[in-house]
Amino acid sequence: MIDRRLAFDVVAAGAGPAGIAAACLAAESGLRTAILDATPWVGGQIWRGQEAKRTSGAARRWLDRLNASGAQVIRQAAVVDAPRPGALLVETPEGVLEVSWRKLVLAVGARELFLPFPGWTLPGVVGVGGLQVMVKSGWPLAGKRIVVAGSGPLLFAAAAEFRSAGADVLLVAEQANLPRLARFGMSLPRLAPRKLVQAAGYQARLLGIRYRTSCWPVEARGADRVEAVDLRTGSRTFTLACDVLACGFGFSPNPELPRLLGCRVEGGEVRVDDWQETSVSGVYCAGEPTGIGGEDRALIEGRIAGHAIAGQARRAERLFKARSRTRAFSRAMARGFALREDVKRLARPETIVCRCEDVAYRELAKYGDGRSAKLQTRCGMGPCQGRICGGAVRMIFGWEPDSSRPPVFPIEVAALRESGADPGAPSPGRG
Amino acid sequence: MPDTVTILVNGREVRVPAGTILAAALARAGESRFRRSVSGEPRGPLCGMGVCFECRVTVDGRPYVRSCQTVCEEGMEVRTDD
Repeated sequence: MIDRRLAFDVVAAGAGPAGIAAACLAAESGLRTAILDATPWVGGQIWRGQEAKRTSGAARRWLDRLNASGAQVIRQAAVVDAPRPGALLVETPEGVLEVSWRKLVLAVGARELFLPFPGWTLPGVVGVGGLQVMVKSGWPLAGKRIVVAGSGPLLFAAAAEFRSAGADVLLVAEQANLPRLARFGMSLPRLAPRKLVQAAGYQARLLGIRYRTSCWPVEARGADRVEAVDLRTGSRTFTLACDVLACGFGFSPNPELPRLLGCRVEGGEVRVDDWQETSVSGVYCAGEPTGIGGEDRALIEGRIAGHAIAGQARRAERLFKARSRTRAFSRAMARGFALREDVKRLARPETIVCRCEDVAYRELAKYGDGRSAKLQTRCGMGPCQGRICGGAVRMIFGWEPDSSRPPVFPIEVAALRESGADPGAPSPGRG
Repeated sequence: MPDTVTILVNGREVRVPAGTILAAALARAGESRFRRSVSGEPRGPLCGMGVCFECRVTVDGRPYVRSCQTVCEEGMEVRTDD
């Protein structure tokens, strides 16, 4: 089943800012280094499109540095298992690789948190971050009426980009209230002065866009696709006709690979020591999986991990102060944009929670724990393996996901099983 | 590399700039329903990051291809109605 074996001193799983920074520093110190990404792209979600366009300064610098570092970049490489200590099983279009490592950096990023509400399954209801990424790869928005709703600083950045892509942004609806946001805003000059400059840049492009705080979507309406959205503010509900509803309620770390490797995860975040090393010796973690903090935190943590692996303790230590600042920013962001209880309770009895298996809220509400609900309803057993409904179920019912079992991402297997083909037959993807 | 690529969407020719992801090409072709759910509901892309599988389509006879993670290639045959 293994087509090829590759051996490295250092492997970074995930080619976003954290993985790139760690891989650069490891490779530059002379270690044989590889960086893997499940997508065809390098740069992660945040730098999507930067390989070709090179418009962001930080992205350009790090992508150039990666090219010059000597690290081997392996694209479309999905980690599906860790069959033994020091090795990963990796699925690529060319076949299955066994990649062995002496030090591993988990830089697996985060995914958007979605909360179910009536109509959220309609085509045209899209993740804010997801739509932003797709717009960078050609998704058409010219002339589309779009409502941006949910929570977090991303809503601003996304709205500005959607407008640049030609969309008519009708409203940005932020569920957090103004006093909380004001406190968050006041922490910026101390914690992240660069963000203020960014925000000022967005402001110019956001001129004329309505921004409402204490406002959130309660229902998306439409026959075969979204045609309108109902939003609530205070005790009032109003309707906006739209072509696209971009929603996102923040991000949550991708926990599958850290869990598979046995790393300690607390409150959804991977625990690391000062050197970014996890509870498993030789396995490091950097960026979003240790706590949502965006590009700055990811780069600093990736650099610390890279220096630590290269044996450059002093150089790593010089970054500790900057890291503390980015972590304080993460905490301020979590407080400022904490989700109100109302938005966690938008699902009605008939609202679908698990989109893969079409399991409604009322089916899940019959059970006392996640495990029985899963076994009885198949909630979380479809192709996404609970990656979408898992966050929602935790918010609504307080059920924690099971520990990860391989395969972490059963793309081929799931595809073959669901399509009714014989799982023993050769995969059509690898002719 | 040529500036555009042509793909077939449910038998119809669609031309898009090179480097366009398949999900975006389908949207440009006016498709909003990428698949039907197990209970028959129309579905389209949600996460845009390869996680949710809502954007999956059939490409050259191969099912379960996530269109948000696939770059258009010349002559690809895509079906959203399987």
